[in-house]
Amino acid sequence: MGPCLRRGTALTGLGGALVAALALAAPVTAQDIAITNARLVIGDGSAPIDGGTVVVRGGKVVAAGAGVAVPAGIERVDAEGRYVTPGIVAAFSRVGLTEVDAVSGTNDRSAPRTRFSAGLDIAPALNPMGSPVAVNRASGVTRAIVAPGGSSNLFAGQGAVVDLADDMDMVTKPRALQFVAFGEAGSAKAGGSRAATFLLFREQLLAARSYARNPAALAEWGNDAMLQRADAEALVRVIDGTTPLFVRVDRAADIVNVLKLKGEFPAMKLVLVGATDGWLVAREIAAAKVPVLVSPLSDLPDSFERLAATQSNAGRLKAAGVDVSVGVFDDDDAHKMGYATQYAGNLVGLARVPGASGMTWDQAFASISSAPARAVGMDGSIGSLRPGRAGDVVIWDNDPLELGSRPTAIWIDGKAQSLTTRQDRLRDRYATPQEGALPKAYDR
Amino acid sequence: MKNGMKGSLLAAVSLALVGCAATGGSAASAGDKPAASAEKPAKFDKNPYPSTYAPYAGRPTAVRGVTIFDGEGGRIDNGVVLFAGGKVEAVGGADTAVPAGYDVIDGTGKVLTPGIIDIHSHLGDYPSPSVDAHDDGNEATSPTTPEVWSEHSVWPQDPGFSRALANGGVTSLQILPGSANLMGGRSITLKNVPSRTVQGMKFPDAPYGLKMACGENPKRVYGGKGRMPSTRMGNFAVNRQTWAKAAVYKKKMDEGKAVDRDLAMETLAGVLAGEILIHNHCYRADEMALVIDMSKEFGYKVSTFHHAVESYKIADMLAKEGICSAMWADWWGFKMEAYDSVNENVPLVHNAGACAIVHSDDANQIQRLNQEAAKALKAGRRMGIDVSDAVAWRWLSYNPAKALGIAEQTGSLKAGKMADVVLWNGNPFSAYTRPEKVWIDGALMFDAMDPKRRPVSDFELGQPGEGDVK
Repeated sequence: MGPCLRRGTALTGLGGALVAALALAAPVTAQDIAITNARLVIGDGSAPIDGGTVVVRGGKVVAAGAGVAVPAGIERVDAEGRYVTPGIVAAFSRVGLTEVDAVSGTNDRSAPRTRFSAGLDIAPALNPMGSPVAVNRASGVTRAIVAPGGSSNLFAGQGAVVDLADDMDMVTKPRALQFVAFGEAGSAKAGGSRAATFLLFREQLLAARSYARNPAALAEWGNDAMLQRADAEALVRVIDGTTPLFVRVDRAADIVNVLKLKGEFPAMKLVLVGATDGWLVAREIAAAKVPVLVSPLSDLPDSFERLAATQSNAGRLKAAGVDVSVGVFDDDDAHKMGYATQYAGNLVGLARVPGASGMTWDQAFASISSAPARAVGMDGSIGSLRPGRAGDVVIWDNDPLELGSRPTAIWIDGKAQSLTTRQDRLRDRYATPQEGALPKAYDR
Repeated sequence: MKNGMKGSLLAAVSLALVGCAATGGSAASAGDKPAASAEKPAKFDKNPYPSTYAPYAGRPTAVRGVTIFDGEGGRIDNGVVLFAGGKVEAVGGADTAVPAGYDVIDGTGKVLTPGIIDIHSHLGDYPSPSVDAHDDGNEATSPTTPEVWSEHSVWPQDPGFSRALANGGVTSLQILPGSANLMGGRSITLKNVPSRTVQGMKFPDAPYGLKMACGENPKRVYGGKGRMPSTRMGNFAVNRQTWAKAAVYKKKMDEGKAVDRDLAMETLAGVLAGEILIHNHCYRADEMALVIDMSKEFGYKVSTFHHAVESYKIADMLAKEGICSAMWADWWGFKMEAYDSVNENVPLVHNAGACAIVHSDDANQIQRLNQEAAKALKAGRRMGIDVSDAVAWRWLSYNPAKALGIAEQTGSLKAGKMADVVLWNGNPFSAYTRPEKVWIDGALMFDAMDPKRRPVSDFELGQPGEGDVK
């Protein structure tokens, strides 16, 4: 990897393709590697360590920090002082579920005409060969929390935690979350009002609880059943806390009411998604110890449930003690996961604006790595370079939170990854637009 | 797209995607007075909704010790900019004399630029909150509606204007009809100042534009209604037939013959006369090439292709034709005609000698067009297209000003031009930088250091978060 990396750091159009070719040529098995001389970011909110080393063996991080000894015989990569970080974890996304949004055959986000809801499981819909996987990977994203968009009913179904590696095995953890929207979107599903949403939510969970106690009773529910068997089974796992429940909610009053649901279902693990007006009830969220995934630059009152939208939401929640992750949604949530670094960088910038709240660089980076891993209950296995975590490592050409910075090398589970995308191929073909002796179609 | 929901809501891919169009009409046309001579057929008033904008009060101001990007590619380190009476007075080095009585601002460590001009916005026509009652951007009842004017839909209380000002440093912007229609209607160029009326925002003497749209949107919207066009060839047929009719109308007018007033034909005749600028939503390279031929067939010129996701494939042709491309840095994949996006589109177009513009088409991204330009700039540098920061600022101010026909008045920091100025608290191509002060015609309209210099729309008054930093 040494020569490969050096070419990568001088990434030009052709150089990038070369790096990719070399990476592709490498065996797709986990490598034992030590990346030395790094500006090392652990991803847990600690400060970068200059001169740091990270050692990956058997696909996992075994050591990271200053003064880490490099085991004898292990492949060494000199990062030449550049940033080395854990891969970005997309906090809330649809990567792998769609290729071209408006081409319905490629778009598996939502299933508005299915008779199922909570029981839907996105895992078999994921396409690791899709170009969005490669494009997001090339921007430094190595893992993603993927949620379904919606069903015909209140619950959208079960999402997964995935990796963005260049192989066919995309699912890190299936059924890693259940997704439901409250607020205006929930009302539209539940029959037209928030009252209907909360009642439907409660009745479906109670039905699932009945099913758990007496599965045979399901047959008696008949065609008017509130739930299909698969839905009931999925909701049982929500009630007992096995599956975290990701709840899209924005209006402050809705947030407070969602937090109260834990009163009746105390084992349920809630994660708030959006929480655009969350800063108005930051203390309540912090007290409930419920993590929040925000799309941090949403600052428009684009609906009546987001009247208090501000880019300071994330910083104010953080200051109140809420565990905040930064995601890229309310935007393109399938193709542009790389915006996570830009959004996190903006939070650093906000900290310099009088009256605004942002984050420190260290906090902002953690909000796109270890924090989303923690929200989905997986910070023991992904999201940072602490020992025991997956060997998801990125070397960057510059400060990763700065605009336009790009990875020069990526490993996922210790396997070197291709950085070349279909977009790069198009760029190279048209680096000079004029056709040559033969048409462009022969230029590859 | 409107309101940034495009990714999560497929709905965004239907009508919202139809957001973009063209703008521009010629400034001169708008200001023409009814003919004074006794020509027989009465000339129709070309400017019946005139601008009432007048610059707000400013103070003579000097910013010194500052890095200046002048908007035309020039850069001065440790420079001085003077403005007074709404106009830029001087742009120079550290030795530039500051007259007595000027407010002096220390710009050390900061960057001063012309205000950003967004050539593609739907603020006001698709305002926040994006409720059905505000859905005023597409007159999607006929594939050709050149008779509608976007200014008649603009809601001046859209909170998005203030976000574009305070977070984005946007001082002028073009509001376009959506792209449901082949000919979506006239656009309008605004000064980004709060106002009770849209007339109070209209950029004085800016030309009108006509928004046109290629490709998927018109054929989907009308094909879906079982009417023409339902194909790309249908798109062209309807366009050509409409231009042919407009040519007849214009000929009658030119010959002094009496015509029944036809608002649609009036707009198209204005285009054929070169008074109204064409802003053409078009993604695919092959379609742009066909549009260029259509424009020659009927004798008009395209000012700018908007979105222009494939401009990099024909950047040489666009340079030769003198047509601008208004582009995103990296949007892709939301529909088929946006599939071949590359992150280097903007620098590749620039590098071919064509006019490159970074646009938003979005109430969120209009707040960080500088950041979008930065991503494109760095993508270009990685492939060896070495554009300096100062030259890249052309994508954000001077090039859009030219494409809108307002470059004589604004878009760069030159003596005598409008003092539309942003002081950034660092390099504006950094994620860590924000506008600190924004002046429009020399009036301080936003100051991050002064909560009273932060506009609050009527809609936000008395609501949670009123006057917040946003």
